[in-house]
Amino acid sequence: MTTTTLTVGRTSGWDEEKGERMDFKALTITGMLERAAEATPAFARNRAMLIPLLHRIQDDQGYLSPEMLQALSRRLSIPLSEIYGVASFYDQFHFSPRGRTVVRVCTGTACHVKGASEVLSLLQERFQVEVGGTTPDLVMTLETVSCIGCCGLAPVISVNTDVVGELSSEGVDQVIERIITT
Amino acid sequence: MTYTMTFQELDNWRRYLTEEMFAQDKERIRVCTGTACLALGARELVEDIEKEIEKNGCDLEVTKTGCQGLCQKGPLVQIDPAGYFYQRVKGSDAPELIANSASHGSPIRRLLYSDSGTGQPCERLSAIPFYQKQRRIVLRKNGRIDPTNIRHYIALGGYAAIQKALRSMTPDEVLQEVETAYLRGRGGAGFPAGTKWRHTKKAPGDVKFVIANGDEGDPGAFMDRAIMEGDPHSLIEGMLLCAYAIGASYGFIYVRHEYPRAVKNLRIAINQAQELGLLGENILGTGFSVHFDIREGAGAFICGESTALVASIEGARGFPRPRPPRLSNPGGGLWGYPSNLNNIESYACLPPIIENGGNWFSRIGVRTSPGTKVFALTGKVVNTGLVEVPMGITLREVIFDIGGGIQGGKRFKAVQTGGPSGGCIPEKYLDMPVDFDSLHKVGSMVGSGGMVVLDEDTCMVDMARYFLSFTQAESCGKCPPCRIGTYQMLQLLEKISQGRGERGDIKRLVELGRFVQEGSLCGLGQSAPNPVLSAIKYFREEYREHVYDRYCRSGVCRGTGFFVINLGECLRCGFCEDACAFDAVKATKDAYFIDQAYCTKCGACHDTCPVDAVRILKKRQFELTEEFKIPAESLEFIERRVHMKLSDVLESKPSVVYTVPQDSTIADAVKLMVDKNIGAVLVVDEDDQLVGIFTERDVVHLTAKGSPFESRPIRSAMSRNLITFKASVDVSAAMSVISDQKKRHLPVVEDDKIVGIITYRDLVSYLLPEVVYMAHEIY
Repeated sequence: MTTTTLTVGRTSGWDEEKGERMDFKALTITGMLERAAEATPAFARNRAMLIPLLHRIQDDQGYLSPEMLQALSRRLSIPLSEIYGVASFYDQFHFSPRGRTVVRVCTGTACHVKGASEVLSLLQERFQVEVGGTTPDLVMTLETVSCIGCCGLAPVISVNTDVVGELSSEGVDQVIERIITT
Repeated sequence: MTYTMTFQELDNWRRYLTEEMFAQDKERIRVCTGTACLALGARELVEDIEKEIEKNGCDLEVTKTGCQGLCQKGPLVQIDPAGYFYQRVKGSDAPELIANSASHGSPIRRLLYSDSGTGQPCERLSAIPFYQKQRRIVLRKNGRIDPTNIRHYIALGGYAAIQKALRSMTPDEVLQEVETAYLRGRGGAGFPAGTKWRHTKKAPGDVKFVIANGDEGDPGAFMDRAIMEGDPHSLIEGMLLCAYAIGASYGFIYVRHEYPRAVKNLRIAINQAQELGLLGENILGTGFSVHFDIREGAGAFICGESTALVASIEGARGFPRPRPPRLSNPGGGLWGYPSNLNNIESYACLPPIIENGGNWFSRIGVRTSPGTKVFALTGKVVNTGLVEVPMGITLREVIFDIGGGIQGGKRFKAVQTGGPSGGCIPEKYLDMPVDFDSLHKVGSMVGSGGMVVLDEDTCMVDMARYFLSFTQAESCGKCPPCRIGTYQMLQLLEKISQGRGERGDIKRLVELGRFVQEGSLCGLGQSAPNPVLSAIKYFREEYREHVYDRYCRSGVCRGTGFFVINLGECLRCGFCEDACAFDAVKATKDAYFIDQAYCTKCGACHDTCPVDAVRILKKRQFELTEEFKIPAESLEFIERRVHMKLSDVLESKPSVVYTVPQDSTIADAVKLMVDKNIGAVLVVDEDDQLVGIFTERDVVHLTAKGSPFESRPIRSAMSRNLITFKASVDVSAAMSVISDQKKRHLPVVEDDKIVGIITYRDLVSYLLPEVVYMAHEIY
């Protein structure tokens, strides 16, 4: 596990060493729930803030760190296990830092035949990262995907939301260049 | 700084805005900034146009609208007041756009849409076939206004419906209008909105919620996104009407996290409405108060299910729960309060219903499914995009008139509606009306409105596998029928698509599917088998081919088929040998062949062959080539012959058929046979109907008996027990009849009309090539 400096934008007042001193005022969800106070008991209001707050934390930090979740648990009086339970249900919450660029290498049959494994090993070698892992400097996250439906352009990878096809070794170099400079 | 307007003030302001902002002669460039057009460069286009306007200093307004519909041809631009419609506009076109069209009125021809059929350029939107059959009610303002500007919405008559409701209607009257309109839920199931509202209204308690379901997770559906991004105020107005009718004072809009622009535009819209006193406390000074807020999902498809969505808003895992209690019951909704949940599109239908009355709405479309429906038309169709059509339009009209037919002139195979919950509809139902009940009857559903057109290159096994892998991954895991059942079904489908299917797999798949449908807790599980079951229902033949022949006719399923090289066409270029990653392509002295022991059926050799000499055979065909040592090229020839019809034989010879009337004499018939050098004539009655046949053999019999040819009519001598065939009959069937019944002449009849006659000589010449080929092989 690597330690990284967390840059915190809107959640001002966040102190890395004393995780609980998070400024939740900055995290208050738009007024409505307070108005709905008569309609909802306190614990339900805390609950209702959970997912928006998880979104907020992930937007700021890129992932949900254990410290943040512990702070959240204390603040909202919800057991940590339940917070994990909720967060792990939804695909878009991540528990480890993600790279700035997420690269998905297609390993469908068409791509496999046309050398997807070479593309994958080139990327792994260059960034020293396992499939599913993220580089320590958070430059990129490497994943594989079974097919992205662009078999005519095999071998194909997706870089964040863009699809890059017909990759040669020079093409991979260009992608690597792009990942580094992003 | 909330200011509460009065009715009068809103009226005045709307009149002022209509005259000022949307004046008839106002020059305006409307650029589509829907998600698809943005991906095609609309943002840069807007910048270029704005720069150009600044440079020229002309008085031109640029409106960044929501989705204008024809997504494939984006970025789209419309010029007011001339009404020119441009497609595929690039930043470099900006100077011309401003200098030429806006001020001087002649259209730029190269940017116009030209009809794919006639090649005729269309100057205006109304002339384009894609838009002609559409009727825009839900999308009435989409593409005309800037979604981030409430003034545009109000100028086009926005917030008039809620104004009318608050001013002159009681909540019951609003509810009554919705019931009269018979608006059915646009989320897919088609439950009448009015009934749902009445349940919620009747439920005891003061605190009630309205919830808008914007968790549009179906792959291939994007109509809710278009509304939320392009016309968010109509959603807000619709929710206000619902809140007023059922007595709710809080509302949530649940939007999926993947739609950041929708969230942004909705937030802007809510803030603008609140600032003008159209939302919040004491709306328009009537004392009616509603507060709305937005909740984002986090990538869980199941949260589109109503009880799971409520759980997600409450901050829990998005598990559905058994109903009742329904959301409208006390104890069933959000935090236990009665709640009314509708789809985004349902709410967007409401303002026009209240403005024009429920009767107006109920007369559009068909009686049991009134109104219009927005569909996301995608797949192998020429014009993809967002279309709004009246219910009851036929699939053919949507796909061929609006969609412009199939891409690349391929054959239509099926249309998939309702995404992973719906099913596919084959060609024979193309003329079926599109409405909730008709689609349900054929095993599909309207669903959220995705309409994916499939052509002959789509494999129905692969298609079903794709949708099932989606629902399987998105199953929340709460109930075993869905969690385990979809997994097992997927395993079977993968087995079949990889060419490892076994006898009984198709039956097992159907049984499992029925079980999952019946046993699952929520809509996701109950509908997950639909794509598989409907594909098996209408395309069982393809499934059988996969299982028994190890063959995929569309060439999609890798791992099926037997790869052989047609040496007649092979150029000996050796590309296939290079392409094969498993060394299955072997070279001999003068030819290449594929070693089946090494072949993984990946298709690389087939894809790389420049002359398509690599053939994919069915298992049965392959066994023939192995057993009888028939090379692939002659096998194809034989296959073609096996499937030959009588019509093919008729076409290959002179098609004159000689007939005689039944009253003529035998001598006339014999003379005709001698003159024309034929072995038989057909005998017809006064109406040219076939009544018998007179052949050489009859002549022999009559001569032996010494019958008088001159005086006897042919009627008494012809044979009446005729065997006739239709032209669509296989040659092989005709051959077996000829040999069994000892016939030499077969009349071919279509619709009581004689179209030809097949003789034993024709069949000999049909068989001749095989005989020659076999002789060639032997000697």
